[in-house]
Parts: sequence; C-alpha cells; structure tokens
Amino acid sequence: MSTSAGEHDREALRLEHLDVLYRVGRGERRVLTDLSFAIRRGESYGLVGESGSGKSTVAFAAVRYLARNGRVSHGRILVDGRDLMALSAAELRRLRTRSVSMVYQDPGRALNPGLRIGPQMAEVFEISEGLREDAALERALQMLTRVQIASPERVLRSYPHELSGGMQQRVVIAMALSTNPALLILDEPTTGLDATVEAEELDLIARLHREFDNSILFISHSLPVVARMCDRVGVLYAGELVEEGSAASVFGDPRHPYTVGLTRCVPGYGRRKTHGRLETIPGFPPQPGSMHGCCIFADRCGNATERCRREAPPPIDLDGHRSRCFYPERAPDLPHQSQGGVAASQTPLAGQGARGELAAGGEITANPESRPPANPVLRARNLSKTYFVAGKPLKAVHGVSLELQPGETLGLVGESGSGKSSLAKLLLGLSAPDPGSEVELCGEALPAHAGERTLAQLKALQIVFQNPGSALNRSQTVRRLIGRSLRLVGLTGRAKEMRLRELAGAVRLTARHLDEKPRQLSGGLMQRVGIARAFAGEPQVVVCDEPTSALDVSVQSAILNLLVDLQARQQVSYIFISHDLNVVHYLADRIAVLYLGRLMEIGPAQVVFEGPHHPYTEALLSANPGLDDRRTRRIRLAGELPSAQRVPAGCVFHTRCPRKLGSLCEREEPPLISAGEGHAIRCHIPAKELRALELSAESPVPEGSTSPRAHPFS
Amino acid sequence: MSESPSGLARERLRTALRSATLISGLAILGFWIACALLGTKMTPLDPYADNLLATLAPPSKTHWFGTDQLGRDIFSRVIVGARGILIIAPLATLLGTVLGTALGLCIGYLRGVLDDVASRVIEALQALPLVIVALMALAAVGTTNASVVLVIGFVFTPLIARTVRSAVLGESELDYVAAARLRGDGPLAIMFVEILPNVLPIAIVEMTVRLGYAIFFVASLSFIGFGIQPPSADWGIAIAENYSLIGSYWWTVLFDAAATASLVVGVNLVTDGLERVFET
Repeated sequence: MSTSAGEHDREALRLEHLDVLYRVGRGERRVLTDLSFAIRRGESYGLVGESGSGKSTVAFAAVRYLARNGRVSHGRILVDGRDLMALSAAELRRLRTRSVSMVYQDPGRALNPGLRIGPQMAEVFEISEGLREDAALERALQMLTRVQIASPERVLRSYPHELSGGMQQRVVIAMALSTNPALLILDEPTTGLDATVEAEELDLIARLHREFDNSILFISHSLPVVARMCDRVGVLYAGELVEEGSAASVFGDPRHPYTVGLTRCVPGYGRRKTHGRLETIPGFPPQPGSMHGCCIFADRCGNATERCRREAPPPIDLDGHRSRCFYPERAPDLPHQSQGGVAASQTPLAGQGARGELAAGGEITANPESRPPANPVLRARNLSKTYFVAGKPLKAVHGVSLELQPGETLGLVGESGSGKSSLAKLLLGLSAPDPGSEVELCGEALPAHAGERTLAQLKALQIVFQNPGSALNRSQTVRRLIGRSLRLVGLTGRAKEMRLRELAGAVRLTARHLDEKPRQLSGGLMQRVGIARAFAGEPQVVVCDEPTSALDVSVQSAILNLLVDLQARQQVSYIFISHDLNVVHYLADRIAVLYLGRLMEIGPAQVVFEGPHHPYTEALLSANPGLDDRRTRRIRLAGELPSAQRVPAGCVFHTRCPRKLGSLCEREEPPLISAGEGHAIRCHIPAKELRALELSAESPVPEGSTSPRAHPFS
Repeated sequence: MSESPSGLARERLRTALRSATLISGLAILGFWIACALLGTKMTPLDPYADNLLATLAPPSKTHWFGTDQLGRDIFSRVIVGARGILIIAPLATLLGTVLGTALGLCIGYLRGVLDDVASRVIEALQALPLVIVALMALAAVGTTNASVVLVIGFVFTPLIARTVRSAVLGESELDYVAAARLRGDGPLAIMFVEILPNVLPIAIVEMTVRLGYAIFFVASLSFIGFGIQPPSADWGIAIAENYSLIGSYWWTVLFDAAATASLVVGVNLVTDGLERVFET
C-alpha cells in the first residue's frame, strides 16, 4: 500500500490484506482471506453477507478480540491510524475504552443482569473520564436522554430484565456512544427486534451518526437495512470481500454476480407470486478458506468461465467501485435463476389420490382471487385463548374469526406478542382455546386437542415450524423424520419407500440426504425436510410459522418458491405467519393483521397493501424496509407493545395510535367494519377518512428527519 | 453440513485417547475389573486359607500386605474383594438408571398431578440420608446380594429421575414433540421413541456418576453388616472387622480402604473424561 500517512489519519478503520485463521481440531481454517477495506472518518460502512461469511469475525478482528482459537496470520489492522497488532496490552485496553465501541445483536447479553442500568452506565464514565459516581450518573442520564429512551430516570434504576429488547438496545447504544468513540461497530443491532421497533432504532442510529459524527461499521445480513443506513457497502462472501463501493452503486449497479444474485433474491415491494418465481442462487456457499486458486463464487456463477476456475480474480477497480470478478461488465446480464421445478414436476407430489391439477413447468396457476367462492376448508369463529400467568389472565388471542378457502394463502402479520403463533397453535390443536371458540374443518367441528382428533383430521392440518433445528428430532435420520409422518397415510414397506423418495424429490432433497441427520444439513435443507414432513400426509391446510425467518435471503427465496410450487400442485391452503411484509405480500392472497391477539384488519392482500389501512397496518408498512423504497409515507409508532396482561381499555391500539381521535378510542372498542371487497378494518375512523389521512401523510418527508438514503432500486 | 457421523465418532475417539483423565481412570478401573474376573487366579496365596501361626503379621516378602486376625493373606483378599462390589454396584446403578430414566421421562413429559406428587416425593427422599433409607429397607427385607442390588437401585431411582426430568422438560418445549403430536403419536411413543434418544447421553453420564457413589454405598453397607456377607472377601467387611486394630496393625485396614478409594477415584476419572468427550 502506497497511501501516505496523512490519508491514514483520516480513516477510522483500515484493514489491509487481512487473513484470519481459526484453529479447528488439529488444523487451521481460514475464515477471512485477503480482506482490505477502509472506513473514513464520519462515514458509515455496511458489511453484508450471509451467515458464515465471516462478518462477525471482521467485527472482532477490528478490536483485536478474536476468540482464543483465532489469530490474524497476515495483514494489518489500523484503528484511528494506529496499528492494532503493534499495541501493548495496556495501549490496546486504552484504545478499546476510548476509540472503539461495539454493539452486538443480543442486547440482553451485553448488559450485566445483576446490576441496575445506572451503575452499569456510570462505570463507563468512571473508567474513561475518571468521574466520581454522582457526576458519572448525571452523564449517564444525559446519554439516555440523547438516545430518546422513555423515562430515562426510571431506566437508570431498572435492571436489564425489566426493559424491553428495544430499550435494552438503546441502553447499549448509549453506553457505546458514551466515550464518543471514533469508530462504532454495530453487529446486527436490530436483528432481534420487531419491524416497528427496528425502524425506530434505525432512525435513532442514523440521527446519532449525524450528531456524533463518528464512523460506523454496520454489519448486517439485511440488504435493505444496509442500503438505508450506509454510505459505502462491502459484500462479504465466504470470507472474501467480493464487492465494495458506494451503497447506491453496489445495490443499484452491482458488478459482482453474487451481489447481483442477492439483490434479485429479495422479494421486492409489490412483487406477487402471480408475477412468477423468485430468483435463487444455486448451490451452497463454500466453507471459507476451502477454495484456492480459483474464484470462490465460480461454482454458483452463471457467468463463470474456465479462467474463473483456474485463477483467483483480484479486486478490479471500476471508478471507486471494486469487484473481485474477471468480468464485472457481464454481471448485470447474469442468467436468471428462477427455474428448478422441472425434476419435481415430473413426480407429482400427491402420489395416490392426487388432488388438484399439476401445474405445467412450475408455472403458478393458483389465483384464488378470481375463483368463485367455495366452501371454506377451515373456519374459526370467535377464537380466544386466555393463559394465566401468576394468577392473572393473559389474553393471547381474543375473539378472532376467519375463514380459509381451498388453495388460498392467508398471511398473518403482527409484532411479536401479537398472538400470531398462539392462533396457529389453537388451530392445530396444540393448545386448547377458551370455551365458546369454534374451529371447523370442511364444515365439521374439530376437537380442541390434537390428541382427540382423528388421523384424517390430523393429516389435513399440518405445520412448518420457524426453527428447523428445533422442529427436527436431532437423533433421527431424514428418512425416519419424513417416514414417521407417512404413518398418517398408512403406508409401509416398498410403497412407503417410494413415497418417501417422491416427497424428498419434491422438496429437492437428494437420496444422499435421506440417511443424514439434521446436524449434517444446512438450515435451508433442514427446512426442506420440515416441509416434506408437513406434506407427507397430503394436508389440506399447512400453517407456515415464519418458515424463512431463520434462513439467509438466497435460501429464503428457494423455500418460498417451493411453497408456491407445492401449493399450485395440490391446492393446499396456507396460513403464512411472517413479520416480513414483503414476503407476506409475495405469497399471500389475503392478509390478516393482529395486534394484542385481536384482528385489526383483514382483506385481500392487494387491498391491505394499497389501503385504506388500519393505522397499525400503516405503521407496519412504514417500518418495512425495502430495497426499492418508493413510498415516502413514514409513520412511526410511539412506545412499546403493551403487555397482554394489561390490555388498554377501548381500542387496544389507542396508546400508540398516530391517528387517535380522542376519548372515544379510549372508551369503546371499535368493531371490524367492512370497507368493501372482503376488506374489514377495526377502527372508529371510517375507511374513506383513513384514506384521506394517508394521502395527506404521503407528502414528501422533511429532509433530515428520517432521511432514507438515495434509493437505487426502482 | 460439515462432518459425517463417522467423522464425529473419530473426533470423539481422538479426544478420548488424548484425555489423560479418561486413560488413567480406565487403567485403574481395568485393573480392578481384571481382579474381579480372574479372582483367585491372580492371587499369590489362597485368600481364604487361615494360618493361626501367622496372625496379624506385618507386610513382608510372603505377605505383601500382611495378614489379618486369622492369618489370611490381605493382598490376596484385596484382589478377590473386587468381585462382589464390582457385581453389585454396577447392577444396582443400572437398575437405578433404567427406572430413573423411565420415571423422569414420564413425569417430565406428562407433567400434571403425577409430576407434582412424584417431584415432592423425590425431594422428600433426597432430604433423608440415603444410607439410612437403604439400611431400613434392608433390615425389613433381609440382606442378600439381590436385595442389596434392588435397594440401592430403588434409592438411586429418584436421583436419576430428577436429572432426566429436567432434561425432558427442555426437550418437550422443542417443536419436534409438537410435530409428533400432530401425526397422532401417543405419549409412550413420544417419550420413548422421540425424546429418549436425546436425553440418553445425560442419563449415561449421570449413571457413571452414580456408579462411583454406588461403590462407596456398597462398601458402607458391608461395613455396617448390611451389604456383602461373610465369609466373602470384601473390603467393607475387612475394614469393619479390623478398624479397632488400626493403631497397632494399620495394614489390616489401610489396603482395603485404599482399594475402595482407588476404585471410586477411577470411576470418577472415567466420568469426567466421558463428559469431556461428549462435549465435543
């Protein structure tokens, strides 16, 4: 590197040709390879990559805090112009207190559970500035006020467990900024938070970034979040930085096939399943450091040539935009990857007694919006569930009524704690609803407990769980995991084995996978096993409980495609639970919005997205990060989701509602009022007026308040 | 995605072979098992032959560990004494593990009144000194080798049940149990086919811990006359017969005590080693 010392002084972090190794067993595994990038002062730099790409290792290396089996084998790390590897232990400690701060994904683990927030925060000032306790506490209070936490005095006296996740993260951010560090490292800071809270948190980080003017290394798996938050972006793949440049150019005009693939995988705003399949990236990422002397992406790249397999491409500079690809000019023309249903469509999933038509070549034919109304396959009336926590009632679900047509997908959205999963459990019979609730399958009443249901009823109603690691018994092979569910259709011996292979083929597992155990499979493959299991009994309704939230984007799109294919082929109905509105919009025919266990809005997907909206739905939509943020309306919710044990009187949403009318909302709970076309909204404000309010809010956002970055996608 | 099952097994074996704890524990345990199996074939002299001309002789070239009050060779008796304890203690531990695992699975999965009642009883039992409980039971049913096995097995059952129960509670929360219910599996199938394989490693480690206690337990019962019965050569009995002589004839007690201690230590070393291997 021939850069002058003066230039280094303007950089908060500089990594030069960094190699990081982890000792595994007797050997060493390289997790970062020849990694170089720099963050200028005041700049926010985003590092995106899928799980296992080495993002967090970069964060730890930047403060020389690698795990004990990790070491930097080559390269330099400069923080604030100083070489980290040359520092003594004492100097390193001083640097960590003064110049760098880190915020991790799980704020609950960053705070000491045994100390109140006050002393914990004060300690930072006592150590870094040598303040006395009362002065330090005063400064802690100031910091909490700056991160706009509700009632900061009370927070100072609280223990971490008394705060919500969002508030804990604010405390951690306040502590990180206390020393006004030159570099702030944020490692997935909003990943565990709800969309509405995440949106607020990101606004806060953006505002603090302007106020404090420090540099930010923002690590995330979410492209939309990084696109919104960062000036420059680096894309990490299997331990190598494959592309780097300004956020606008990397996402708007990607020059590496991997980035191109990633941006195509994200279901964009307004994209529906009727528009065709989502794109995927074929294959799997390699183990970092396992490939030498070739391009690490060559195996999965549609543009790869002989040269890519023979030679590792160096970073090629294209006017400040770097790409590790021999053919950056060809990246935009990367062949589209949305096929893959061919093998499966030759083996119809509904082996015996096939229901539904076989869709030709993976094309989607299901379009319930244009189908004449049939008898609902599932109907819930006045479904309620009350838990008792410490003797006090907790209404997890309250008076929910809904119907599901054959072949239809009902999207269920809401923040965590809104009762989505509780509702699913009631329908499945995993927990019993309160008396007076009714669930009917094809017009027949269903017993409350799964144990009391007949085999026919059980097989009709299945679930794909959120976390495949928990959903699959780790002591069983894939063959056994799927095979045990074939009991439901009474298959044994050869017939069972045939059907098993058929199912595995339908979810695109190969025969080799059948004898493996879950721990040998990646998250995406495990989820395929979960889907195969749910479909083993030819179900009529499958509840998908956040089936892709634990997966990377490139895997997510493959799973969503699979669900759409399976539905098209056998007319199964889905109840699709998700917090990701783009995913719900892509998949769902109708959408139901839940808040504190109550149905706030229900209607055809397009109508729910276009409005008029319930104010809560509007807030969810505003909080939804998209790569193509054409919408300008942004409303934010104040405060946190109230506890389900202390539900507000009147309209349950009135405590956070930006459109609250007055005492009417506090007194009376509004009914679900029809807004036409099967669309209903639980609000005192008539639908027409809601529409007018939304349109008036859609005026341009005042610049500077919550400025979204220039948006490259359109 | 990473390793194959045989790869994991190989990795575990490698860890095991490198563990000094496990190897030394296995060496001690192996020695005593050899003694128990070979018995009189390993002893230089007849352990049951008394010699009234050489009573209470100190350790010498003929009698390495000396002789006892009847002039029997202590070295030979220590070797032969391994047999009784190494039959009774493992059998009792196995019984306790099987019963305890079954009980722990039932109360941990079924919960409800059954769990409440069983858990309180288990806690009550744990408040009593186990030796006293066993002593009373043996006094009631009479002391035979079989009854000692049964009594120690039953006394250990609640302890193992408690450990297994807490593991089962965690497993029951996992979605694979819900998935099993949704395909109509009954409670027995869920407990023994789905959950059991996942809590088995915990039960096995608990079993090896209990084995150490069981050895000590059997020796203690023999010491107070409710374990292995004379004339079998047994460490607990030997200590009981001779401890009044310890001032002048220390060899009559020391070697039997050391044998008991070394066996317990050996088992505990194996336990520690196994736990570390299972962690990898």
